[in-house]
Amino acid sequence: MKGFPEAARESLQDSQLRRNLAHATRTIREKRAGVVGELPDWEQLRDAGEAIKDRVLLGLDGYLEQLEEAVVRAGGQVHWARDADEANGIVCGLARDHGVDEVVKVKSIATDEIKLNEALATAGVRAVETDLAELIIQLDHDEPSHILVPAIHKNRAEIRELFLRELDVDDLSDDPGALTDAARRHLRRKFLDARMGISGANFGIADTGAVCVVESEGNGRMCTTLPEVLVTVMGIEKLLPSWRDLEVFLQLLPRSSTGERMNPYTSFWTGVREGDGPREFHLVLLDNGRTATLADETGRQALRCIRCSACLNSCPVYSRTGGHAYQSVYPGPIGAILTPQLKELREGRSLPWASSLCGACYEVCPVKIDIPRVLVHLRGKVVDDERDKPVPDPERLAMGALAKAFSTRRNYERAQRLGRAGQFPFVRRGRIERLPGPLAGWTAMRDLRPLPKQTFRDWWRERERVP
Amino acid sequence: MRVALFVTCFNDTLFPETGRATVRLLERLGCEVDFPEEQTCCGQMHFNSGYAREGLELARRFERVFAGAEAVVSPSASCVAMVREHAGVDAPVYELSEFLTGPLGLEDVGAYYPHRVTWHPTCHSLRVLRVGDAPLRLLRAVKGIDLVELPDASECCGFGGTFAVKNADVSMAMLSDKLRSALDTRAEVVAAGDNSCLMHIGGGLSRQRTGMRTVHLAQILASTEEHPEP
Repeated sequence: MKGFPEAARESLQDSQLRRNLAHATRTIREKRAGVVGELPDWEQLRDAGEAIKDRVLLGLDGYLEQLEEAVVRAGGQVHWARDADEANGIVCGLARDHGVDEVVKVKSIATDEIKLNEALATAGVRAVETDLAELIIQLDHDEPSHILVPAIHKNRAEIRELFLRELDVDDLSDDPGALTDAARRHLRRKFLDARMGISGANFGIADTGAVCVVESEGNGRMCTTLPEVLVTVMGIEKLLPSWRDLEVFLQLLPRSSTGERMNPYTSFWTGVREGDGPREFHLVLLDNGRTATLADETGRQALRCIRCSACLNSCPVYSRTGGHAYQSVYPGPIGAILTPQLKELREGRSLPWASSLCGACYEVCPVKIDIPRVLVHLRGKVVDDERDKPVPDPERLAMGALAKAFSTRRNYERAQRLGRAGQFPFVRRGRIERLPGPLAGWTAMRDLRPLPKQTFRDWWRERERVP
Repeated sequence: MRVALFVTCFNDTLFPETGRATVRLLERLGCEVDFPEEQTCCGQMHFNSGYAREGLELARRFERVFAGAEAVVSPSASCVAMVREHAGVDAPVYELSEFLTGPLGLEDVGAYYPHRVTWHPTCHSLRVLRVGDAPLRLLRAVKGIDLVELPDASECCGFGGTFAVKNADVSMAMLSDKLRSALDTRAEVVAAGDNSCLMHIGGGLSRQRTGMRTVHLAQILASTEEHPEP
């Protein structure tokens, strides 16, 4: 895995991507701001969202057992998966047991996280993504670059070419209506033939056992009602204690994510019902690093996330680099705190630095995740992890030297004098235009003003002497 | 009112003119300014870079140096954010515009600054300290000023401390957009309440030889008809 800076450098050079992203993130930011501004109690809703999710996280063990009991009571089956392999094994086993070689899928990041489609392919099962953007990504063997708008990096000319190549169509314009129509014809056949559907979950309701998917295209409704067997993969943090809590979240989510007052389709299902919908329902509860994340007092707030993507759209880093630079199914600010935690710092170690700590993400987060605070906390964990390295890197040496310089007035004033003397070789015509080593990144595009002859404290002392 | 000036190590070393302007301004407004010479750094850089132990130690040092002060005033939002919001030090610490509009209850500080100025509200002043429009209210009351709105003003300039070096490419992409917005205003001066952000924006303006310069809020407010600031 590349570091974020290297991956970002590649993305930044793609001018088509930059243009698409700047336009898309600005549009959605403005839409969000508009509909959020309509609600006089938005801040109270955020407080409620935060409080409910915190209650879930602190009582997760009890709520999960409550959910399991409710789902079983309603005729569903519950499976517990410690990690990706276990979850994939369960889903592939279900496909095998029912003898299916194709499944239809609702957009689900949890299944992207565990790479379910690849596992199914290995087991001889074709997974068909039915969300329009996910279908585009799948047909192009690409990776999603946004939580909500996975094909945000593609424009319609690119999509037209892809559909002409991959779908059974003779001629096609790049008109969005025509493109959608081609996808609809392709998908309608898939829905009607499918015997097994796979979904994620936006919410699982502990007291009733209901599972909820929120979407815009109606494909989710098709996937969760037409096939005989429905399998839902849900992260264990997606719980809400009770049905009534949806009042808060069904206001927070659409306004934060698509900038709509309400999303077009909200589907609920509770177990199975004779003569209505799937005859079998399986709920796979996925841990995959979540319990480890929960153990971190500062970091655990990342598990409040409801995947709205408001933080992506508001992030000045994401809106320039796009999602691929984060090299994770969770991009943007939330990804920068979620990926390293779910992977227990084995991956994504440079992600906590993929932020200027500007705070725009925290400001829009509907469940008030203090992303900058968690970023700084994770930086500390990575730094601490490397404190024992036998050969310290230049940054550690610099930080150590500076800590010493700032520790007493004497050291500090000496460092000021040394800095003034030491800058001499770099000053040209009153500017510093080139610096060596890691500081070269600064002077690639920015001049630096030389240190002035007189510090503030020198001036102050002079002034005190001559009243 | 007695005021202890927390000039910050950054201003002390790199932008002494901002410290001098803060002293002149506060004295003109009738404050008695003290500069505790034991002060060094608030620990922000260490704290934000993952060296929390070192950073918090420096914040505790700050607390000792400023113990007993009636009001600590600083011309840097991000350093105030560090000691007050992150380290939670036990001292009445104010960013300059907060102090002027809050405890002093002023908007018109009697300044004169006949230049076309655009205001960049820095991230930490806006989203950590939440100073709101306090700096703009102060600027609007300045005589002779031609204050023009900066497009997408609240977006980060891309500085972010070590971010500007560790993620230099992304930082530069952000800076490019900030410079474009600034140049579009045809202002002479980009002003802000944090010299760290201004060093970043100013470094870009200088490299491109735009002729536009950066000036700290304190210097604009310190400027008078008798003693004009550049």
